[in-house]
Amino acid sequence: MKELQWEKAAGNGLLNRRHLLQLGLTGLGAAGAGAVFGQDAGSILQVPEWSRMPGASASAYGEPSRFAGNFQRMAGTPDPIYPGGGASRSPLQFLQGTITPNALHFERHHAGIPDIDPAEHMLVINGLVRQPLVFSYENLLKYQMVSRINFLECSGNSGALLRGGSADGTAQSLHGLLSCAEWTGIPLSVLLDEAGVLPEARWVAAVGADAASMGRSVPIDKALDDVLVALYQNGEPIQPGQGYPVRLFCPGWEGNISVKWLTQLKLMREPAQFRDETSKYTDTMPDRSSLQFTFPMGVKSLITSPSGQMSLPRPGIYQVTGVAWSGRGAIRRVEVSADGGATWADAMMQSEPMDKALARFTIPWEWSGGPAVLQSRATDSAGNVQPIRDEVLAARGTISFYHNNCIQSWGVDDAGAISNVYV
Amino acid sequence: MSTSRTATATSRILALLLLAAWMAPAGSQEAQIRLGTPISEEQLSALDLIAAPDGSGMPPGAGTARQGREVYELNCLRCHNVNGEGESGNTVIAGGDMQSEESPLRTVGSYWPHASTLFDFIRRAMPADIPKSLTDEEVYQVTAYVLFLNGIVGEDQSINSETLTAIVMPNGNGFVDQSHLH
Ligand code: HEC
Repeated sequence: MKELQWEKAAGNGLLNRRHLLQLGLTGLGAAGAGAVFGQDAGSILQVPEWSRMPGASASAYGEPSRFAGNFQRMAGTPDPIYPGGGASRSPLQFLQGTITPNALHFERHHAGIPDIDPAEHMLVINGLVRQPLVFSYENLLKYQMVSRINFLECSGNSGALLRGGSADGTAQSLHGLLSCAEWTGIPLSVLLDEAGVLPEARWVAAVGADAASMGRSVPIDKALDDVLVALYQNGEPIQPGQGYPVRLFCPGWEGNISVKWLTQLKLMREPAQFRDETSKYTDTMPDRSSLQFTFPMGVKSLITSPSGQMSLPRPGIYQVTGVAWSGRGAIRRVEVSADGGATWADAMMQSEPMDKALARFTIPWEWSGGPAVLQSRATDSAGNVQPIRDEVLAARGTISFYHNNCIQSWGVDDAGAISNVYV
Repeated sequence: MSTSRTATATSRILALLLLAAWMAPAGSQEAQIRLGTPISEEQLSALDLIAAPDGSGMPPGAGTARQGREVYELNCLRCHNVNGEGESGNTVIAGGDMQSEESPLRTVGSYWPHASTLFDFIRRAMPADIPKSLTDEEVYQVTAYVLFLNGIVGEDQSINSETLTAIVMPNGNGFVDQSHLH
């Protein structure tokens, strides 16, 4: 039996990551694909049909293959009393690598997506500055830009795991308010410098041009550090759902503060205390005090395959893969467990981890056909380690649900069915 | 349509040429682009809707809850129901108790730390189906009414920029600033 030679790395079938290079692994990728060749192994392979006729012509804007599977965001049902409000989630269990295609980047809108004509869009800087300024889109395009690959995660992502109840779902439905893209834009510090920030300015209130005029306050030190006034996403103009023509982008911080459809930046002494930094995006602790301005997203990881509502067709060797990220640095290490956290093995990073960006990990696992609990645990470059769910609940209670970075447990039953479990 | 697109394309090309011209002088690293157009705060008065706890950005005007009741019935009732009881978590805007035994219902009255946020939010975002359709006067009136529903002001108390920002909210001391932790 060949399996006996695979070196075990941890309990319940986790194999040494170096075997990745030798194994033909079963990945549970996109739906549908995988009907094995119609021939017997011994028969003569034929040139396929599509090699015998010309295909479709070049197109103006591409689409995925009709065979690629169900690559769709999952959007909530529209609510008539919340016009345009709601979210759509990225299909994490079907994606590979670390970059989210623009059309699949998660969305959260408080009053829908405005249809902005960039010729009439303005970006204003006012308040505690030497000279208030207004910038046209045309002029913003003329500035020297920088590009950065960063994740964006809604602080409400994974919140269902803290609310109690069963939370049956997929990687997408439970954790899909997470994406990663290359953002290109003007360092905010350049535009602030042009307006001349007065010494007493401590906060920048950012406001969008959507119907909610959604606003958030950004501390001045972050604003002068790595915040972008972003104009491009993965090379193309930012899509309307992401803030076309211009959005704020605050690397590593809760998604809501990267204000979309950015139209105003006001320098202030104190935070503006907008509704979405008081009533929402705040966390009430067991003692009933509430944490406000919790900005960096904690170190976190998630196995995307195999994951919730998938099923393993038969015992054998599988590729376990997922993503890891931290708002406080780069990912230094991801460990995987197949026995609910009793033993851990180091996963292999698929590419060089970057600061405040998704990193992809992978490790081979031999499923025996018995019960298993798959988990991943990330450590970032600042030494922060992803906590288990009980630690988060013990520290934060069950009232708050934002900023949850706990370890996800995927239970595998005897039949190979996978679901979210609490261990 | 197509002419304006061509025009945009042309002006983009011009922009590139302009950029090239800016960058041209070799060795001059000080060639920083400055393309913001100076504007006065007065010119921004209709666009800048930020109404802050220190009273900055609060427009002139005043209103009472008694006046606000009608504004509410016309503009808010259809989504927030009688007495701000709401439809779901997002639209309950009255009641609640942060010290309740079960998980507290968090509303304007029980949770919000600043009264200014109510004026600021209603003026910018409500009514959700026709935001920014109320006059500043009506926003003061309906702000007073929502505070009244929460037992925070009397029915005839006049709410203006000064009286609003002087209100101490029931959960005003309930928040811990985490902004230094990054
Ligand atoms: C078409 C339905 C609709 C109408 C009309 C409407 N609202 Fe709302 N309101 C909402 C929704 C939906 C939310 C939650 C928005 C969100 O979460 O982004 C909300 C949120 C609020 C909140 C904040 C609640 C919280 O705890 O964060 C207040 C205050 C409020 N509305 C006041 C008003 C007032 C005052 C009016 C009338 C002038 C009004 N609304 C009219 C739908 C409506």
